[in-house]
Amino acid sequence: MNSEMLILFFIIALVLVGIAIIFSSLAAPRSTNPIKFDPYECGIPTEGPAWIQFNVGYYLFAIIYLIFDVETVFLFPWAVVMKSIGIRAFVEILIFFFILVLGLLYAWKKKALKWA
Amino acid sequence: MSSTSTIYDFSTLTGSIDAALHNWMSPGLVLTAELVLVGLIFLTFYALLGLFLVYLERKVCAVMQNRYGPNRVGPLGLLQTIADLIKLLMKELIPIRKADQFLFNLAPFIVIIASFMAIAATPFAKGLQAVDLNIGVFYVMAVSSLGVVGILLAGWSSNSKYSLIGAMRSGAQIVSYELSVGLSLLAIVVFSGTMQLSGIVESQADGWWIFKGHIPAFISFVIFLVASTAEINRGPFDLAEAESELTAGFHTEYSGIKFAFFFLAEYINMFIVAAIGATVFLGGWMPFHIGNWEAFNHVMDFIPSMVWFFLKTFFVVYLIMWFKWTFPRLRIDQLLTLEWKYLMPISLINIVVIAFIVLMGWHF
Repeated sequence: MNSEMLILFFIIALVLVGIAIIFSSLAAPRSTNPIKFDPYECGIPTEGPAWIQFNVGYYLFAIIYLIFDVETVFLFPWAVVMKSIGIRAFVEILIFFFILVLGLLYAWKKKALKWA
Repeated sequence: MSSTSTIYDFSTLTGSIDAALHNWMSPGLVLTAELVLVGLIFLTFYALLGLFLVYLERKVCAVMQNRYGPNRVGPLGLLQTIADLIKLLMKELIPIRKADQFLFNLAPFIVIIASFMAIAATPFAKGLQAVDLNIGVFYVMAVSSLGVVGILLAGWSSNSKYSLIGAMRSGAQIVSYELSVGLSLLAIVVFSGTMQLSGIVESQADGWWIFKGHIPAFISFVIFLVASTAEINRGPFDLAEAESELTAGFHTEYSGIKFAFFFLAEYINMFIVAAIGATVFLGGWMPFHIGNWEAFNHVMDFIPSMVWFFLKTFFVVYLIMWFKWTFPRLRIDQLLTLEWKYLMPISLINIVVIAFIVLMGWHF
């Protein structure tokens, strides 16, 4: 039942947005104007595209995020069985965290966590 | 706990509906009918919830700022958001000429699908849950974080500078804070030993985890609140749409109903976060019990489980709104510092402490 339910929710969301957009595009008034369809820029004519070389200061965060997110994925199965396995799971997670925290400290020391 | 048996189980209701349908339909048709029924109920609930949350936000904001808030349309202004919705439906959808049309139109679908699928796993009451996966917590986290794809697409495809900057900020913020949300939820998974949302609620029959788990569970709850407020892009972490500098952030170029969908998804995400917080930390639909006060506990059991769930959820919703209207907005570097240098290390240490508590059996 669960997988059918999930597909159902997916389809309903799709239909909800689709119908609303179709209805709106039929019902709403239209008017045209040469600069109406330009991207907004303080009310002045748009200067060039926004698809430019963009300094993504978030790049390093994205990479560190990737590491830690994969770590969270590994932690979930551990969290479920922690109670039943006991001391071995605890020691194992200490080792796991030790390696991980080394990575975080390295990134910290390298100023990767600093907004440049 | 013995008293939980008095709580009404909605699965008896759904079970009897299922049986009644089986009486006069073939099994295939029953499945279709049930799916349609569930779909319609959730669609109505989703729409009403969105409208109500927007209304609530405006009322709460008004109270904080010593104003009346909406009070003209309908009694107490209750119909205000419906009027707004109709207005937005009748507004022109402006196709941006220089935008990437396909991605521009795809983005609202993604954010709505992410929030709609996340709400499917919410346990509203005992036995009242559309999808009860055994990886419930993980599922909600995974699905709700898909919304960031929609936000990035919306910002990039608009071909507007404000949108691009807003989307980039939002991306960095959401992915960063997702870690803390995950780790704080993980803390309770360690306690309860299950990821199934109904299982987590059941494990709180003799006390909510925020009480049973000592101080570490409380720290987890605080981290969860802060991190999830950031993850859903709400003030004081609403840098993605900092209107004083970025106009409207990633949805600057969206108009009419497409804009409304981003707005709706933001509010529904707030509800989902509050619902997960209430379920995992505050006992979900479990009534409030105090140790041996038999009479008190018995009275509490009379309040339906659904009422408990919504009380707790809206308490958390109110907290999140309270944050927004009382704290000034952070700067982006402060925001990322808060996550990576404070919340992350604290939640990592917190997990170890909780694992130790579970190991020694110190929790109740």
